[in-house]
Amino acid sequence: MSFIIPVIILLILVYGYLKGVKVYDVFIEGAREGLVITFKILPYIGAMLLGVGMLRSSGGLDFMLYILRPLTRAAGIPEEVMPLIIMKPLSGSGALGILADILRRSGADSFAGVLASIVMSSTETIFYTITVYFGSVGIKNIRHTLAAAVIADVTGLVAAVLLCRFILFR
Amino acid sequence: MINKLWFYMIVIAVAFAATGKKLEVLTEEMFSSLSAAVELGIGLLGGMMLWCGILKVAEKSGLVDKISDFIRPLMKLLFREIPSKSAAMGAMIMNITSNMLGLGNAATPMGLKAMQELQRLNPKKDTASNAMCLFLVVNAAPIQLLPATVLSLRASSGSVNPGIIIIPAVISSFAAVSAGVIACKLLEKTNGGRR
Repeated sequence: MSFIIPVIILLILVYGYLKGVKVYDVFIEGAREGLVITFKILPYIGAMLLGVGMLRSSGGLDFMLYILRPLTRAAGIPEEVMPLIIMKPLSGSGALGILADILRRSGADSFAGVLASIVMSSTETIFYTITVYFGSVGIKNIRHTLAAAVIADVTGLVAAVLLCRFILFR
Repeated sequence: MINKLWFYMIVIAVAFAATGKKLEVLTEEMFSSLSAAVELGIGLLGGMMLWCGILKVAEKSGLVDKISDFIRPLMKLLFREIPSKSAAMGAMIMNITSNMLGLGNAATPMGLKAMQELQRLNPKKDTASNAMCLFLVVNAAPIQLLPATVLSLRASSGSVNPGIIIIPAVISSFAAVSAGVIACKLLEKTNGGRR
């Protein structure tokens, strides 16, 4: 699977080149935006690493994970990933901070690290999106939206766990 | 919501540390977690330059429009009641395409535009239409072809194979979005709480 990133980059650049895009100039333009985005998200990551770090070193996180243990055991989810699963529907930047914490502590290529990365890239911040999108046009009755979005979220999680357990980490 | 959550994380942490006599460890952790954030940010800068640069090329070369063409027929099938040439459909397609490429900055304005257009077609202005519910659900499980931030974060955390997550993530978000669409179609038949 290590070919996947170079191949994606090559394909995009070749396509751009053939279409007459000034690939170097455009890359620079995008990379500059990347710097700005990183600076924008860094305070969120910092705040969340602070919160999670404090919760962990105080013993509070262990206590919460202890309460959730029957659930995580039954679902076959590593405990370290639970804070991400809880945060993801609420806040994307908060979840990114928690993902950073998991990758730092468990290792990016560990079971927990890979599962957390998949969860982070496959679900959206449903509560945030629903609030902002419906709020912007003044909808009060959202009907079945939340129920269906939660079903989607849980299905994605189950699929991620199954893929990790039976394909990536056999 | 996030304000409350973060506030209580800190409060609970201090309360636990105080009762467990761990205040020293807690103080140490506060500073070490922030310096970890800085280290991470430096690593992240590199990855984000790479991916945002590459994505810009994809955007300028018309690759983004190609993906739009690919998903248009699917969208027509899902949103039968929305005219396929309408501004609502156009904005929805742009939003979903941007989400697929992880272009979050472009996705949100397009999503809000789509909601406005859908509202114009909505007969009951305070109640979500079927199309709105479905659009939100599709939005809640975006199929991300290039999760740039996660890839950068993994690379800066020392992963030997940051890209290993791409295909599993596409598969699991596909499962999620399929389940969401089916749930939506079933629940809208029961009228889903429409008053």
